[in-house]
Amino acid sequence: MNKDSLLLALIATFAPLSLMTIGGGVTVLADIQRAVVGHYHWFTDAGFLQIFAVSRVAPGPGTLLVTLIGWHIAGLAGALVATLAIFIPSSLLVLAVAYVWHRYPGLVWQKAVATGLAPIAAGLIIASVVSLLASARGGWIAWLAAGGVAAATFQARIGPIALLVLGASAYCLLSVATIWLG
Amino acid sequence: MPDPSPSSLPPPRPRPSLGELFLTLARLGLTSFGGGVSGLLHAEFVRRRRWIDEDEFIAGLSVSQALPGVNVANLAIWLGYRCQGLAGAIVGLGAVVVPPAILIVLIGSLILQLSANPAVGTFLAGIAAAAIGLSLSVGLRAARHAMRHVVPIVIFVLTLVGSLVLHLSAPVLVATFGPIGIALAWRRYSREQG
Repeated sequence: MNKDSLLLALIATFAPLSLMTIGGGVTVLADIQRAVVGHYHWFTDAGFLQIFAVSRVAPGPGTLLVTLIGWHIAGLAGALVATLAIFIPSSLLVLAVAYVWHRYPGLVWQKAVATGLAPIAAGLIIASVVSLLASARGGWIAWLAAGGVAAATFQARIGPIALLVLGASAYCLLSVATIWLG
Repeated sequence: MPDPSPSSLPPPRPRPSLGELFLTLARLGLTSFGGGVSGLLHAEFVRRRRWIDEDEFIAGLSVSQALPGVNVANLAIWLGYRCQGLAGAIVGLGAVVVPPAILIVLIGSLILQLSANPAVGTFLAGIAAAAIGLSLSVGLRAARHAMRHVVPIVIFVLTLVGSLVLHLSAPVLVATFGPIGIALAWRRYSREQG
């Protein structure tokens, strides 16, 4: 493939997936793997797992996996095109909703949408918390650190970064303590 | 002791400038390793700086979750739009996407090697656990927001069970319970008004 058709293939792969990612990027991971490993053969299975691992440990949304894919197959232009393709379609939709929402404040339908969706959002968030903690390193220490941080937000006005550092420090201390105590 | 309800808090502070918005969102976006950004955003925008109130945040969070797209990006667009209109939305999206995108391309492989070091790995796992804790606090607040009537409580429990036990995907759960929840809330509010 030449460069232009590579870039077009990136758009054709990621732009439709942008509108299918409800509830986070994990939902389209299998589709991404199928496209870039199975269909286009841009990556081997091992190569894909390698960049997937990078996207997990690096800061920022896990969806930046597509930025890495673009970078590896078409350099800077590829990284830009892949990132724009995965973010722009869904972002335009959110923007349209935000516009309508704030253009007509205080209407019954807004309260209905916000109140109607809140229990689903709460359920999805808490479910993802439970499944993340179930597979987190450290077992009960991770549960304790997460629970402690959550409780702290209800008690004091501590900034988020301070909370992260406090929680991570408690986690590290407990991890070291359990190793020493055998 | 639960924190006071939004109505008893002092009035919100002035909205942030575009620069403040960018720096705040970029800093939080770069601090998140493996999720939990909505919790970071809540702690900063609602609790620390009081740029928007809790009800508005939960409305934005709920819509961000139900629409397609990366939740963090959606929420950053929503908050940016709320604070500074269209320019705020663009700056918000850019702030949570561009700095981490540059970082992952330039030093992604280095971060992966570093995280294989036991001490660094443990610290990153600790950051992840703390960030999950912040997510939990936002989930609990959204749940509390929903717990005012029977039907939302039932929907909350069914969503939780559907996701954790039945492994139903988010689109299925939103498509199933979204219309029911919205329709019932609509009926309740129309009746209260009429």
